[in-house]
Amino acid sequence: MSGGPDPILAVERLAVTFDTPRGSVRAVDGVDLSVREGEILGLVGESGSGKSVTLRGIVRLLRANAAVAGRVLWKGADLLAASPERLQAVRGREIAMIFQEPMTALNPVLSIGTQIEESLVAHTTLDDAGRKRRAAELLDLVGIASAKVRLAAYPHEFSGGMRQRAMIAIALAAQPRLLLADEPTTALDVTIQDQILKLLLGLCQDLGMAMILVTHDLGVVAETCDRVSVMYAGRVVESGPVEALFRHPRHAYTHALLRSMPHGGAARQPLVPIPGQPPRLDRPVEGCPFAPRCQLVEDRCRTVAPPFEPVGPAHAAACWASDRLAMAEGTA
Amino acid sequence: MSRAGLVLWRLLQIVPTFLLIGVTIFVLARLLPGDPVSAMLGDRASDEAVNRLRQQMGFDRSILTQFVLFIEGIARGDFGSSTAYRIPVTQLIGERLPVTITLTALATVIALVFAVPLAFVAAVKANRWPDFLIRGVFQVGLSSPVFYVGLILLTVFAAWLRWFPVGGYGETLGDKLWHLFLPALTLALSFSAIIMRNLRAAILEVLTAEFVDFARSKGLAQRIILFRHVLRNALVSTVTLVGLHAGSLLGGAVITESVFAVPGVGRLMVDSIFARDYPVIQALTLVLAVVVSLAFLVTDLIQMALDPRVAR
Repeated sequence: MSGGPDPILAVERLAVTFDTPRGSVRAVDGVDLSVREGEILGLVGESGSGKSVTLRGIVRLLRANAAVAGRVLWKGADLLAASPERLQAVRGREIAMIFQEPMTALNPVLSIGTQIEESLVAHTTLDDAGRKRRAAELLDLVGIASAKVRLAAYPHEFSGGMRQRAMIAIALAAQPRLLLADEPTTALDVTIQDQILKLLLGLCQDLGMAMILVTHDLGVVAETCDRVSVMYAGRVVESGPVEALFRHPRHAYTHALLRSMPHGGAARQPLVPIPGQPPRLDRPVEGCPFAPRCQLVEDRCRTVAPPFEPVGPAHAAACWASDRLAMAEGTA
Repeated sequence: MSRAGLVLWRLLQIVPTFLLIGVTIFVLARLLPGDPVSAMLGDRASDEAVNRLRQQMGFDRSILTQFVLFIEGIARGDFGSSTAYRIPVTQLIGERLPVTITLTALATVIALVFAVPLAFVAAVKANRWPDFLIRGVFQVGLSSPVFYVGLILLTVFAAWLRWFPVGGYGETLGDKLWHLFLPALTLALSFSAIIMRNLRAAILEVLTAEFVDFARSKGLAQRIILFRHVLRNALVSTVTLVGLHAGSLLGGAVITESVFAVPGVGRLMVDSIFARDYPVIQALTLVLAVVVSLAFLVTDLIQMALDPRVAR
């Protein structure tokens, strides 16, 4: 799916700084992302790597203490500079979002039907009967049986998987072109996780919708995404087609991440955990932020930040050890 | 529990409450020094006169006998007659209770009218000047004694400006509400401060909830997010608070009715205690207990309507 037409979403040098009582914290530090029509982009990283904040930054869903810089080009226009009215028109209608924990993301005192219909009121010209019909269709679309009856139900009357389905139905109400999915399966049972992923994949295909899937689970990325961006300490450290990036990681962090997770493959290799902790983000990081934990570290890693450079077709990484990784792969 | 089930269960619960309070107040009233007869005749009456009246009114019998007669009376719907007013207690309370209910209801409405919009502004502008101003003004309301506020309002709006009557009660509904406005405002002042603080905190908490972010991500108008998503969730805890304050509001009515000479049950209670008017004290306590129980029930019903999770 790589190559092709211009991206519908281009995030350029996005930076998010939180003003906290203990000083400012740079949660996202110059992130570049792009998503093409119908494409599924995975955004992976450890907790605190800034992937959720990046996602929220795209539609400016951040608290008042967050300062956002950079550009978020949606169909060519910068959302960070957009008027509140324009932003409101884009949210839900063009870019929708789903969250990790459906129990807290659904309003407990409103019925599922109401929560779908209010999106339809905001973004469509359907009348009351039309909205009811469309709401039932949406529940049907996400695989909730006896949809008409279920519209009157409240979130607490649903199981975890059903709630996530309902949240997807609500997000899709106004037929968005891009879905921002913030760890949509993390809070679910393993068996349900798979169902929800399949549902999301199917919906993207059927509706021609693009998706940014935030997850810390590389297995999920391998199963679902076209391209992937790996985040570490608020930066994108490697980005490329899933296949190329998984087979030939060109950043030491991606390499370490892949070795720390189990493979389904034949040859069993011992898992290698990554020692140490990500750096604190409340002070500037000198050099590569991964250097203190890196097995392949060299002197310049600690002083000079490696540039984010192309390493293959649509594949880029910011690592001084990139060439050594490529050669090691070649000789192995 | 279904709504009808809840109502029935709660009404049944009133019965033991009623009995327990009946026993307690019967004993407590008699623990007060003096009795209705000495209160009526004064200290200079002859022993003979006192004994005669005491016999006439049945206070010479044992406490146990008196209690049995009291309970028997209640079972027949007869609370006896007031020893001070010489009319049936039911008639006396029947005249006075609506006044107090109107007063406290009006006070609640006034308190909500002040508290809800201002709590909203304070929460949305949290830790900026509108918030500080609103909280500051309400803090004064909260810390001022009821009788003092009452006297100030009375002096300014009734005596000086003559916008409102100094006291008493009217004939028509409009007239009654006009008479009750100042006492209700007095009663509402500290109440609205409590509601405002609670609701402000509740709104601030709900504003950080993820479902508010989700609502924003759907592209809903700010107005809809605040009223449909935030306010409704925040009101759930505030409704409980308002309901729980029904009792203290009635307690506050005792002082307010005395300051503004409102002929309600609050003043009747004070007068009856001074007159050792046992039947009135007893009946009034029981009636107020029922009123508070019903207020709690209404609170629960409103909460069920606001929050579907309460109605299991």
